[in-house]
Amino acid sequence: MTLSHSQDAKQKLIIIGNGMVGHHMVEQLIERGATEAYDITVFGEERHIAYDRVHLSEYFSGRDAESLALCASDYYETNGVTLRKQECVTKIDRDAGEVVTEQGRYAYDRLVLATGSYPFVPPIPGNDRAKCLVYRTLDDLDAIREAAEDATTGVVVGGGLLGLEAANALRGLNLDTAVVEFAPRLMPMQVDTEGGELLREKIEDLGVQVLTGRATQEIVDGEASFHRMVFQDEKVLETDLIVFSAGIRPRDELARDCSLEMGERGGVVVDDRCLTSDPSILAIGEVAVWNNSIFGLVGPGYQMAKAAVATLMPGEDALTFSGADMSTKLKLMGVDVGSIGDAHGDRTPGAKMFRYLDQIKQQYRKMVVSSDGKRLVGAMLVGDNSYYDTLMQYYDNGLELPDDPASLILPSSEGAPTLGADALPETATICSCHNVTKADVCASIDAGATDLGAVKGDTKASTGCGGCTALLKSVVDHELEARGVEVDKSICEHFALTRQEIYDIVRVEGIKTFSELIAKHGASQSRGLGCDICKPAVASILASCFNEPITDASHIPLQDTNDTFMANMQKNGTYSVVPRVPGGEISPDKLIVLGQVAEKYKLYTKVTGGQRIDLFGARLEDLPDIWGELIAAGFETGHAYGKSLRTVKSCVGSTWCRYGVQDSVGMAIKLENRYKGLRSPHKIKFGVSGCTRECAEAQSKDVGIIATENGWNLYVCGNGGMRPRHAELLATDMDEDTMIRTIDRFLMYYVRTADRLQRTSVWRENLEGGLDHIRDVVVDDSLGLGEELESQMQTVIDNYECEWANAIKDPEKLKRFRSFVNDARPDPDIIMMSERGQLRPA
Amino acid sequence: MSTATAMKPEAETDMSWQPLCTKADLVEFSGIAAWIETAEGPAQVAIFYLPGHDQELYAVDHHDPFSNANVVARGIVGDIKGEPVVASPIYKQHFRLKDGSCVEDDSVALRTWKLSFKGDEVGIEV
Ligand SMILES: Cc1cc2nc3c(=O)[nH]c(=O)nc-3n(C[C@H](O)[C@H](O)[C@H](O)COP(=O)(O)OP(=O)(O)OC[C@H]3O[C@@H](n4cnc5c(N)ncnc54)[C@H](O)[C@@H]3O)c2cc1C
Repeated sequence: MTLSHSQDAKQKLIIIGNGMVGHHMVEQLIERGATEAYDITVFGEERHIAYDRVHLSEYFSGRDAESLALCASDYYETNGVTLRKQECVTKIDRDAGEVVTEQGRYAYDRLVLATGSYPFVPPIPGNDRAKCLVYRTLDDLDAIREAAEDATTGVVVGGGLLGLEAANALRGLNLDTAVVEFAPRLMPMQVDTEGGELLREKIEDLGVQVLTGRATQEIVDGEASFHRMVFQDEKVLETDLIVFSAGIRPRDELARDCSLEMGERGGVVVDDRCLTSDPSILAIGEVAVWNNSIFGLVGPGYQMAKAAVATLMPGEDALTFSGADMSTKLKLMGVDVGSIGDAHGDRTPGAKMFRYLDQIKQQYRKMVVSSDGKRLVGAMLVGDNSYYDTLMQYYDNGLELPDDPASLILPSSEGAPTLGADALPETATICSCHNVTKADVCASIDAGATDLGAVKGDTKASTGCGGCTALLKSVVDHELEARGVEVDKSICEHFALTRQEIYDIVRVEGIKTFSELIAKHGASQSRGLGCDICKPAVASILASCFNEPITDASHIPLQDTNDTFMANMQKNGTYSVVPRVPGGEISPDKLIVLGQVAEKYKLYTKVTGGQRIDLFGARLEDLPDIWGELIAAGFETGHAYGKSLRTVKSCVGSTWCRYGVQDSVGMAIKLENRYKGLRSPHKIKFGVSGCTRECAEAQSKDVGIIATENGWNLYVCGNGGMRPRHAELLATDMDEDTMIRTIDRFLMYYVRTADRLQRTSVWRENLEGGLDHIRDVVVDDSLGLGEELESQMQTVIDNYECEWANAIKDPEKLKRFRSFVNDARPDPDIIMMSERGQLRPA
Repeated sequence: MSTATAMKPEAETDMSWQPLCTKADLVEFSGIAAWIETAEGPAQVAIFYLPGHDQELYAVDHHDPFSNANVVARGIVGDIKGEPVVASPIYKQHFRLKDGSCVEDDSVALRTWKLSFKGDEVGIEV
């Protein structure tokens, strides 16, 4: 720590624990350039690199360890941080300044404890039997999955937040599930008696048995099942599998052994800078105790990580940890539960309450207000969390309540009340995951961001749990307006309309040509010609609505060259030709035809990422002949040139693969044939994997489908390419019909509402309400649009015709494929050379 | 080159009127390509047809100077602030049909020619 160190003698920083908070700290350190000053080594006991524990349960609904990982597998290495996975620290030797593992001793100058917590297993005789498990790590979930294989029933001990999540997971594994809770109600920390009753009803409706007020005395061999649980009143419950979820305890054994100051109920005591009683050692996350509290949520952990980084890298900002709000909003087994501040009203002297209970709709809301009735000190929600955001703003910012406070929890025909963005103070937290305030949003706008997407990119707001998207959007809109930024969403100078508005006009008025549209709805100064922005956009809209051949005379001038010539123009003016190969399945004789055609027309061949074959270097005038031969052999156009469905990539599936659980190729072919020819705001790619190994990389596609034992999981809005984005799970275990109906609706809703050239991923980022909104519309049909979207898709499907087959039978349409109107010579400027046995542009 | 053509008085041009194709060969609001003979030798031109507009026929170089490929006739026709343009199908620069100038880069221009109908025939003045 002295200045006498030579420049390259960096300080040694060791972080124990590669969990969510430890990883966040590493990210922050890297971002701040801390690797210049520190040699950083991280010890992680688990097999996996840090992963998203908050979404752990999705491991059972199709996600794997890789997709839950918080970073790429080479992230640490690339950034010069040493990660020692599967190496548990067993001792801290403070005198020597070393940590000890089975493999060796490592010196440190600064040490960070980020060891998290472990699940508490109540001291019940028999709790160490086989098939008595916990729910915290990926390995735990593997063990549960394995134990569930020959089980039919499962019990979760503990009816708190994590217990209910575990119960849902057991249910998903097809076990008859029961929850046993010691307290007289479920989620005793978050809800009161009324709320707990409602929650019980809702959860029992889902087929989960709820036993409250039960203390387990012992666990012994069962008669009909593997275990028998004996309760305080001698009643018994038999089950094959038990998961304990009775709270968590800090993993503080290392700190205790080296005599750091401990909290009364465990945990390592830290100050505002996350320093422990030994100033060379810091602690963050669930192992740390601050002001007598342990924070069992990831948000406060992240804040501690930031404070710890500020402590290690003194300078610009003296960020400290000053406690955190434990308010939460969750969806447990599809049931909304929210809890804000002093939800029970037992920490605020003289607190008064408002309560609303609807036993028909199964909703319960409670507000706790200060004794003078002016401020909100807490709130509790069961059944409908749409009231949460507004209540949270009143609570968090100490805003004065409206004259009629009850209106904040009473049902109203307009839905939950919202708080105007202008009423929020600059300090109001908009996104608690990334700690973004209204002032941060304003700063991003002042620095040039002009839309929601840009503000998200700048501030990261709303990229965590996404719960604040609606609020963020209203703040962004309001602030843009306040700055007089007229957000001009016109598609181009020829239409003072957005793509969505044009789409609605075309559909409602049944307009079928560009000339009619621009005559009726074009901007006044327009000459009626349109341009290369609006024409292809309108062509795509017309095709989505009516699916007439794009080569019809009235549509031809609208298309991009690729659509006009139904091939992809390459840099020397020649084209590439890609016939459809549905699902990537191709017979040997068709493969031979592709080879023969390529040979005859001197085409360069390459296998594409979408599992088909691209033939490059076709001359304009050869396209009709090439297609004549391909169509005769049974090929169809592959729409590689269009903003439309490209490919449905698949793995080989259960037909051949030892691991496959469904016929992924069959499904891919079916889907590709269903949606081929659908024109959309941008290209669309699908993937279908036959099991969770995910060999088809479906989670990087606009629509990804992964087979499960019980059906199919549907993922949406993924992307590879320039801005990779994992697709998100929209629905699980669907049968084929339900899935196809859901995809119909999803695609049509996208086609209807997206901007031009907006991929599904960007569309979803900008969509108010995000994934939940998509789910509401396409799965729960909240807008009542379902049938209409389906029937629109049916129109597109019914009117499908291979564009090339349509064109080559019409001499009028082939006119355009002449190289020159007055000379049949090919263009002499196209010059090819040979490379690796094929031709390429010279 | 284009200045030279422009200076030729109308009456004398009959000698240099080259028939290229018929009206039926044109594609409305879009382009086709043709060969012409010029003083410097053969050249590829892009011909655009905007029926019902003040000027219905336009001819510019088919060669796109940005990509060096002969593709201009395959671009999308439109207008920018009322001026008819074609967008290169490769890198999307816009060229004004009237004088061939490039909207994005005023140091670049396509050559232009004058086209006209004689009955059903379409010809070019060289
Ligand atoms: C199923 C589930 C759902 C959850 N849902 C939510 C939610 O919705 N919202 C929310 O805010 N929070 C949620 N949480 C809590 C959240 O996951 C934790 O708050 C967060 O993971 C804490 O991060 P941490 O880094 O402190 O601990 P952890 O993530 O537990 O990481 C600690 C790591 O340190 C390792 N370790 C411990 N001791 C050693 C040692 N001696 N040597 C080497 N490595 C060691 C451990 O193996 C572990 O990998 C949930 C938790 C679970 C289990």
